[in-house]
Amino acid sequence: MTLSEGFLWLLIGVSLVTLLPRVLPMVLITKFGMPEWLLRFLQYVPIAVMTALLVQAVLTEGESFIPLMENVNLLALIPTLIVAIATRSLLFTVITGIGAMFLLQLFGL
Amino acid sequence: MPLERLTFWGGVKDCIPTLLGYLSIGFAAGVVGAAEGLSVLEIGLMSVFLYAGSAQFIVAGMMSAGSSILSIIVTVFFVNLRHLLLSAALAPMFRQYSAKKNFILGAQLTDETFGVAINRLTPNTTHRDQWMLGMNITAQINWVLATLVGAWFGTWIPNPQQFGLGFALPAMFAGLVVQSLIHRKKFRTDLIVAGSTIVYFVLAFLWLPGHIAVIAAAVAAAITGMVVER
Repeated sequence: MTLSEGFLWLLIGVSLVTLLPRVLPMVLITKFGMPEWLLRFLQYVPIAVMTALLVQAVLTEGESFIPLMENVNLLALIPTLIVAIATRSLLFTVITGIGAMFLLQLFGL
Repeated sequence: MPLERLTFWGGVKDCIPTLLGYLSIGFAAGVVGAAEGLSVLEIGLMSVFLYAGSAQFIVAGMMSAGSSILSIIVTVFFVNLRHLLLSAALAPMFRQYSAKKNFILGAQLTDETFGVAINRLTPNTTHRDQWMLGMNITAQINWVLATLVGAWFGTWIPNPQQFGLGFALPAMFAGLVVQSLIHRKKFRTDLIVAGSTIVYFVLAFLWLPGHIAVIAAAVAAAITGMVVER
């Protein structure tokens, strides 16, 4: 149970820059309201952000694309998406994803 | 239409489907953190105060690579900038509550709790603050426990990726995308938004770092949605 030197400053810094984007819109927008065009824009933000995060997680490694022919993520994604659509359950979706990846790696892909 | 009264325990219950995601990703984050040389205490403190999976992976990785404190903070800032969009998208549902209450509810916002909340909260529901608090607390308790257990295991699992745990995060995102696609009534427009996001991200990623490309692609795709819905 140790704290390395500087870790506390780092922790305060990263916690603050994470906290601010999380709370500012909730605190400010609820006070001042929003124009209609912004509301229309925002209704598409969730699906867009989720899709972008998914694409980043599946297609990239660090700051480069994983070569398509070597991308095991895409193979694991197939059963994951099928189960997600069939069950609409996050639980089964995540289990399927982890299990598929485990099997793919087991067979050396 | 009658109003549906949400409760704290309803929030706890609606959080349950995401728990395995938290447990596996938290476990992975703990294992990786320990493997990169962080102590169990440091990993626990991060889960309590930072509470952001991708950021915790980044902190562990950059610390062991010897990056400066400032460069780690700037990177985490960009990675979590997307929360601005998530928080803003949820805000209309919390208009009636005080700034103090919304500060507390927003502080525990994550990609996953957002995914659950945006599907569950409608103008037809009341007591959303209680529901949100129940879900938030459940999610974070599980996250903290999972990372701590992972940190302990980290000392004797040399390669966590080989058990498929690395795919927990993408699988979770896939599940959330499918849920929001199926849930809403604007299926055609949503599908166009999701499809264009893929194209925008690939293009943006050719020029921009990954975390900026995510924001750029999401903004462009949401604008595309506004344009095609007419």
